[in-house]
Amino acid sequence: MYKFLQHVINGLSAGTIYALVALGYTMVYGVLKLINFAHGDVMMVGVYVGYAVAFLLGRETATTVPGALLVFAVAMSACAALGFLIERFAYRPLREKPRLTSLITAIGISFALSYGFQLDWAVQDWTILPGAAARRFPQIIEPKEWLVLGDSDVIIWNWQVISFGVAVGLMTLLQLLVFKTKFGKAMRAVSHDHRVAGLLGIPVDRVIAGTFMLGSALAAGAGILYAVKDKSVQPLMGMFVGLKAFVAAVIGGIGNLPGAVVGALLLGLCEEFVVGYTASSWRDAVAFGFLIAVLLVRPAGLFGKFQPEKV
Amino acid sequence: MATRLSWLLALSVLALPLSGCEKKKDTGSGASADAKTQAVKAPEVKPADVKPTDTKTAADTILIGEVGSLTGSEAAFGISTRNGIELALEEVNAAGGVKGKKVEVRVYDDMSKPEEAASAATRLITQDKVLAILGEVASSNSLAMAPKAQEAKVPMISPSSTNEKVTAVGDYIFRTCFIDPFQGSVMAKYAKEELKFTKVAILTDTKSAYSDGLTQVFKKRFAELGGTIVAVEAYGKGDTDFRAQLTNLKKVKPEGLYVPGYYQDVALIAEQAKELGLKTTMMGGDGWDSAKLFELGGAAVEGAYVSNHYAADDPSPKVQDFIKRYSAKFGAVPDSLAALGYDAANMLVEAMKRSDELSGPKLRDAIAQTKDFQGVAGTITLDENRNPVKPAVVLKVDGGKFKYVATVAP
Repeated sequence: MYKFLQHVINGLSAGTIYALVALGYTMVYGVLKLINFAHGDVMMVGVYVGYAVAFLLGRETATTVPGALLVFAVAMSACAALGFLIERFAYRPLREKPRLTSLITAIGISFALSYGFQLDWAVQDWTILPGAAARRFPQIIEPKEWLVLGDSDVIIWNWQVISFGVAVGLMTLLQLLVFKTKFGKAMRAVSHDHRVAGLLGIPVDRVIAGTFMLGSALAAGAGILYAVKDKSVQPLMGMFVGLKAFVAAVIGGIGNLPGAVVGALLLGLCEEFVVGYTASSWRDAVAFGFLIAVLLVRPAGLFGKFQPEKV
Repeated sequence: MATRLSWLLALSVLALPLSGCEKKKDTGSGASADAKTQAVKAPEVKPADVKPTDTKTAADTILIGEVGSLTGSEAAFGISTRNGIELALEEVNAAGGVKGKKVEVRVYDDMSKPEEAASAATRLITQDKVLAILGEVASSNSLAMAPKAQEAKVPMISPSSTNEKVTAVGDYIFRTCFIDPFQGSVMAKYAKEELKFTKVAILTDTKSAYSDGLTQVFKKRFAELGGTIVAVEAYGKGDTDFRAQLTNLKKVKPEGLYVPGYYQDVALIAEQAKELGLKTTMMGGDGWDSAKLFELGGAAVEGAYVSNHYAADDPSPKVQDFIKRYSAKFGAVPDSLAALGYDAANMLVEAMKRSDELSGPKLRDAIAQTKDFQGVAGTITLDENRNPVKPAVVLKVDGGKFKYVATVAP
């Protein structure tokens, strides 16, 4: 029983990270109908920025609440800027081109970031610059046991609770933003048809850039929580999480915010149970099999609306 | 139009020596984890030794190849090995080279992937026409390269791939380290007889030939000695979440946990085991040997035991002298990968000196006859399967360092 409970907690903890990354994925898709494959790598860049900030602050300052918030703030702003640049120079010129072109560009950016960060940037003693080898991520959230059951049979850590709270909180905030604010209304209009939205006076470029910046900032926040969970940072960390988050977003119904979170938690639990009760080699096969099963039953994902093509 | 053309011309003229310079630096020092290297190395690149890269083998140089994981998950291994080889060749060249020729090494990065290692080996053989190849560290990668070298009759020496199958690929494949059956049984014996463990669990990497080899041998040997393997859990290289497996292991309460993986995964496993409240003594093999283990694993890896090739706190003058030269050049204490890289390069050079002709088959015969070669990581005599017969050491993690605890002879 305790074992089952611990598996549930592990699964939710992994799912939480997927959820945070999936939110950004699904939001950009919702507005642009573009699968931003570089999303996971933007997340990785955010982690490196956070790493550098935490390193410069020093061990004592980084673990305080303002210190940790500063790490988040700087990483998220840096990624928002990166997201803006990527959108401005890589995606905007291709917006009227076939969708495949942007997709390939996204994959290109993904590789450029993840391999670019493996180059030898180390100059003198500047160890805050990225490099190929994994680094230990500073513990910006001092780990504390939040709940212990039995003879330490089940342990829940404070950062697991914080991550979960942040994921659910962000989902709610984004949902509010999309459905209750003027910017959200503009996003929905652009998503519906960006040409018509433009004709009606909505600043399409600005809305899309804003969505990208928001998505990238989210990725940075997710990345730092991920690094807190796994205590390490390395340039390839974004690729796999990005892929899993993408799967989660599709399971939930891509473009749908609560769907992304539910899909991600389901995926996290599914993976954990596969590894916990069968063999680890089955994990990815089952995870992707789960995706296929969901899509067979509900082609638009669990929460997505299926829109038949009108002829 | 004319001006634009002349600009282009001027640019390409400028770019030519630049690209040569880049390449040179890449093969010589390349990507280094430690920044100091660059600063030390920079002044050495004199315009005089910048040759165009397409000179395959100039009359006065012998070109050998190296394939290593300079990026990717085992980057620390590849970088250490490269440093060891670089130091060895620098010393050889400073002492006059081989048969009056300088030995030059061309290094390709395989990003820690077997398929990249295989294509890098092919490139070294077919395009660069190297005399011999040094590499790789990870057994899976060496196994991908070995058939290419064997087919082309280019001798290949793996400094530190311990999987049995590597040298079994063919008679052109050698190594300078002991093999898994020996390493696995050393740890099994130590766990049973010195640490007095009776219940041990194993967490193995199913994607790595190295991890699988050690697991099989450990399992068999530990059972033979009267111990019980209470659980075997598996993961795949590159995973970052091991909580599901560790939750299962916690249930069986093992006294010892044998994790024959690589440092990056091992560090995360140790951290997560601690986080889940799994109390056990971890044990491993030479795949743990990297300073990165302590950086990534921190306090979680304290008290663990590993089998290894050499101990940095070995007082013998040969070892201490090597450590002094290495740390002067790279600003870090060499791990066993660096020591084995150094040994592999020197063993190759020594064979070149003995070989009466610098061709693949002749050099192969010379390497095969290696006897009582004095390396920093032990004395090497190659057996008929092209594997060295040499002892292993058992080290304990103590205060963020490996401390020597025992030597186990074959």
